[in-house]
Amino acid sequence: MHSILFIVFLPLVAAIVAGFANKSFGATLPKAITTGALFVACALSWPIFLSFVLGDAQASVTPVLHFIQSGTFDVNWALRVDALTSVMLVVITSVSALVHLYSWGYMSEDPDQPRFFAYLSLFTFAMLMLVTADNLIQMFFGWEGVGLASYLLIGFWFRKPSANAAAIKAFVVNRVGDLGFMLGIFGTYLVFDTVSIPAILAAAPGMAGSTIGFLGYRFDTMTVLCLLLFVGAMGKSAQLGLHTWLPDAMEGPTPVSALIHAATMVTAGVFMVCRLSPMFEASPTALGFVTFIGAATCLFAATVGTTQTDIKRVIAYSTCSQLGYMFFAAGVGAYGAAMFHLFTHAFFKALLFLGAGSVIHAMHHEQDMRFYGGLRKSIPVTFVAMLLGTLAITGVGIYGIGGFAGYHSKDAIIEVSWAAGSPVASMTGVFAALLTSFYSWRLMFLTFWGTPRWAASEHIQHALHDAHGHDDHHAEAHHGADHHGADHHGDAAHEDAGHAPAVESRGFNEIPTGTGGYHPHESPLPMLIPLIVLSIGAVAAGFAFFHQFIEPDAGEHFWKGSIAFDEHLMHAMHEVPLLVKLSATIVMLTGLLIAWAAYIRSPDFPAKFADTFQPLYRFLLRKWYFDELYHFLFVRPAFAIGRVLWHRGDEGTIDRFGPNGSAWLVQVGSRAAARLQTGYVYTYAFVMLIGLTAAVTWAIAG
Amino acid sequence: MTGFPILSIMLLVPALAAVACLFLPAQTARWTALAATLVDLALGVVLWTSFDVGGAQWQFQEYSPVFGSFAWALGIDGYALLLIALSVFLMPICIGASWVAIEKRVSEYMAAFLFTEVLMIGTFAAQDIFLFYIFFEAGLIPMFLIIGIWGGANRIYASYKFFLYTLLGSLLMFIAMLYMSITAGTTSIPALMAYDFPADVQTWLWLAFFASFAVKMPMWPVHTWLPDAHVQAPTAGSVILAGVLLKLGGYGFLRFSLPMFPEASSSLFWLVFGLSAVAVIYTSLVALVQSDMKKLIAYSSVAHMAIVTIGLFAFNAQGIEGAMMVMLGHGLVSGALFLCVGVIYDRLHTREISRYGGLAINMPRYALLFLLFTMASIGLPGTSNFVGELLALMGTYQVSTTIALLCTTGIILGAAYMLYLYRRVVFGEIKSEEVRAMSDLSGRELWLLAPIAAVVLWMGVYPESFLAPMRKDTQILLARLDRAKPAGDSLPTKGKGIVPAAHAETTAHGSAH
Repeated sequence: MHSILFIVFLPLVAAIVAGFANKSFGATLPKAITTGALFVACALSWPIFLSFVLGDAQASVTPVLHFIQSGTFDVNWALRVDALTSVMLVVITSVSALVHLYSWGYMSEDPDQPRFFAYLSLFTFAMLMLVTADNLIQMFFGWEGVGLASYLLIGFWFRKPSANAAAIKAFVVNRVGDLGFMLGIFGTYLVFDTVSIPAILAAAPGMAGSTIGFLGYRFDTMTVLCLLLFVGAMGKSAQLGLHTWLPDAMEGPTPVSALIHAATMVTAGVFMVCRLSPMFEASPTALGFVTFIGAATCLFAATVGTTQTDIKRVIAYSTCSQLGYMFFAAGVGAYGAAMFHLFTHAFFKALLFLGAGSVIHAMHHEQDMRFYGGLRKSIPVTFVAMLLGTLAITGVGIYGIGGFAGYHSKDAIIEVSWAAGSPVASMTGVFAALLTSFYSWRLMFLTFWGTPRWAASEHIQHALHDAHGHDDHHAEAHHGADHHGADHHGDAAHEDAGHAPAVESRGFNEIPTGTGGYHPHESPLPMLIPLIVLSIGAVAAGFAFFHQFIEPDAGEHFWKGSIAFDEHLMHAMHEVPLLVKLSATIVMLTGLLIAWAAYIRSPDFPAKFADTFQPLYRFLLRKWYFDELYHFLFVRPAFAIGRVLWHRGDEGTIDRFGPNGSAWLVQVGSRAAARLQTGYVYTYAFVMLIGLTAAVTWAIAG
Repeated sequence: MTGFPILSIMLLVPALAAVACLFLPAQTARWTALAATLVDLALGVVLWTSFDVGGAQWQFQEYSPVFGSFAWALGIDGYALLLIALSVFLMPICIGASWVAIEKRVSEYMAAFLFTEVLMIGTFAAQDIFLFYIFFEAGLIPMFLIIGIWGGANRIYASYKFFLYTLLGSLLMFIAMLYMSITAGTTSIPALMAYDFPADVQTWLWLAFFASFAVKMPMWPVHTWLPDAHVQAPTAGSVILAGVLLKLGGYGFLRFSLPMFPEASSSLFWLVFGLSAVAVIYTSLVALVQSDMKKLIAYSSVAHMAIVTIGLFAFNAQGIEGAMMVMLGHGLVSGALFLCVGVIYDRLHTREISRYGGLAINMPRYALLFLLFTMASIGLPGTSNFVGELLALMGTYQVSTTIALLCTTGIILGAAYMLYLYRRVVFGEIKSEEVRAMSDLSGRELWLLAPIAAVVLWMGVYPESFLAPMRKDTQILLARLDRAKPAGDSLPTKGKGIVPAAHAETTAHGSAH
């Protein structure tokens, strides 16, 4: 038996056991089962990945069960393992195992822990099904499965209206993408007569020049298929236009944000484009679109990230922006670079999220960075971990020697897009890197440097009052869940996605300073271990594996055709002008300097800047008004049209002229007929019966 | 197949039990009804297991002439087998759902349900066109009574509307049947399925049948009886209405319209496509703004049935088999959703969505099962409805990309209205003391919902069990339809076929599993 069966199905079994056991045997059993299953899966995944790294593994497909057969449409459940899958396997199982462990600490006060852990494991199973898919239908199964898990986890604190709204929004916006994905699958089956991924990829290059009818017009076949599929990727990976759900998804507990909305699920779109890369290679138009959307998202999200004050929102927009990088890398044909950034990003972004969770934990669920400040001495381990994460995401490194994870992957994307002849994308990436550096350091400076501004926080005030009346506010919160219901339903439930801050709200520099006598505590060991392990990944994932992912010869050897790996492009990457190579480092330092100048040296500068450029600031703070626009364009009209169709359509037209109209006609008619007829029902029935019998007899005898 | 007349016995058992129920006291009638439906379920299992998959088209045939060419002719193919299985599976659940909810005239109620079962099985098993007609139309009567006697406050209007709509269509169908039996000289359905009517006659006959089946389906714009009927019907009435009676229209298209009038089907498929596309978007939007739980699910049924009709008229294996899978899946899932509504209706006696909220807190088991059926309703992969919707829409895409696009928007709108419903009922805070006092599922309720849940997952993970019995029938049907198959609008041209050198290697690796 192939170990992949255990990797994929252990989390499922664990989720089922934990879900059904629920609270019957206490919280520890479900937690131990799910976490144990994930650590086993993780331990089994790394050897697979490393065997591909060493170059002695071959792709394999493990059949599981017959799935659907209808006409020539034939699909099986099967688990495919190749180099591309192996990368995803280690990312998913490692981050998931660490997040499970982290949640022992983070969720310890929550009364619904078994449910939480069951959802986490269920998510992991669906994600693994997605990446091991050998056909588009199984990929779609995983695709929707992670969507379900995401929905459940965003809405985990189901008593909060905002969490429920965010969960529905995530699911429905993703369904818009899935509409594209489904049509893409239909079109692919129509053209290739199969949905088996290897078969499609083998036939795709031969389809160049083919045209197809779609919605009454004729287009290039591969362009239509790739764009439809890419709409799916845009939804899952929160690309510009379908990104609105991701920031709201921060309503979920922070470990969820780290696992699903940073490291794994949101990268599924990138994985899909890479998995189907030979298809996309057959359509330059589609690739151009992927590049454009990637670069646009990269820039858009980074601009918004500079103004948000909620720590999780900043990281969420950062994720959105980094996904943009991955897409435009794929768009220029550098799938290896896209996967490399996916790989390193998983470690440093999970680290940043879990670090943020640790800060939130320490600050009694205050998420607004304006109420932080000076935390580096109180929570030193978290501080160091976050610092390493920031160094990784901003791409700190020295040319010719090496650096943190992001240095290798992000710089590669900027260089390769230049080499591929997309200087605009490349320069967009450089500018976004400037913004990345700025908002990342802004986050660090606001949180860990300066003087404490804790006293002004309502959450901190709440904590202080609790501590007054009770020796241990944890215990109080626990009992409170029974007595007061919602009021103290696990303190963690106070967490949210950060309310859109009012434009008029105070800048951080106007918040009165002072600790208010609050003492932030470093997080417990189960939360610190994942931070430490992920820190190692953030530091080392780049230089340890860049040969395999992006170097021409080692890359070809590693990927073994699981993605369309363009050796020439990866060679050309090294030939770009020195200035391009250094540009990322230059803007990284510039962003750091600006952040330092604005948040350490002259703290009143941001407020002045915002005042001077009020319209721009407001535009960014409101996230380019996407939510307002969509609400106006789609949500309100859908309800309004629904009401009109119901009252004016069904009731006002169909019923009025249909049954009610004929009822009126019958009444009028029967008044006339009553003069001729007896008016007794049985006479009518008798006449009808005779008529019917006569008709039947005539038909049969004749 | 000679010997044991299993189909007749499956009709006889509930028929005898129904008559017996009329003379029995309430509690005995309940047990009699349950026993009879369970016996039929067991017979259904025997029927399925002894059905020769891939064997003769018609199996378990029985024939005894009555008079003229009219005969007691029974027999089933794969489609009929699956729909009979669905009927006998849901029936004991309906009886169980009415166990305590029905308090007046229990004996008559049980009799009405058993008669419904007889008529439904009869409809699917009939091989004589007039026998079919009798079963098909007589099915109205017990349902009319169930809504009219045991229904809600506005039951008279609802049952009248239900009756008026369905009667209108069936009269036209009856005339068409008379014409067909005279022209073809036979009343045997298998014979008529092979008879070629002239193309112009086909159109009129097709339209006459369409009038009946479109109402039964129901298709837009003759759907307005369904929300009223569902809202007023007792829980079990809704289950059987959504679970089986709505399948009669689809079965009719499959049994009559398509094989008997291939040319007419081909020239009029745009009518079905157009109405279905409107239905998906129209009724989904209407479902979004409903404040009554049953009405919301009723409107969603109309949208789902539209997927069935487009699939049937796609003229390919995916479309037809997908349509059948949607019928089966929808029968289970919407039946289960109505049961879910019934569970909380029994406790609070209101269908107003806004009265509920926070049920996840005091009814966790209920919340889990309701979630499963909600997800199945919106076609989450791994559940029954996904397989059907995927195949049906895939089949449609091969005929018309535009209609496929319009109908696939149903997956977005469906997610919106179902999750919005689920959120308002199950999530959030408990708002009133009455809701707080609601207890979780009882053992009886769990036994009603759990079997459906199991089958929903079975159909989603291993649909082969359900696809296999109808595969041969689909082939036969397609062979008959082939001559009239409409060309799709995709028509991909061949690629240049030049494999660039850079890709040759990729290709070789890609295909090496």
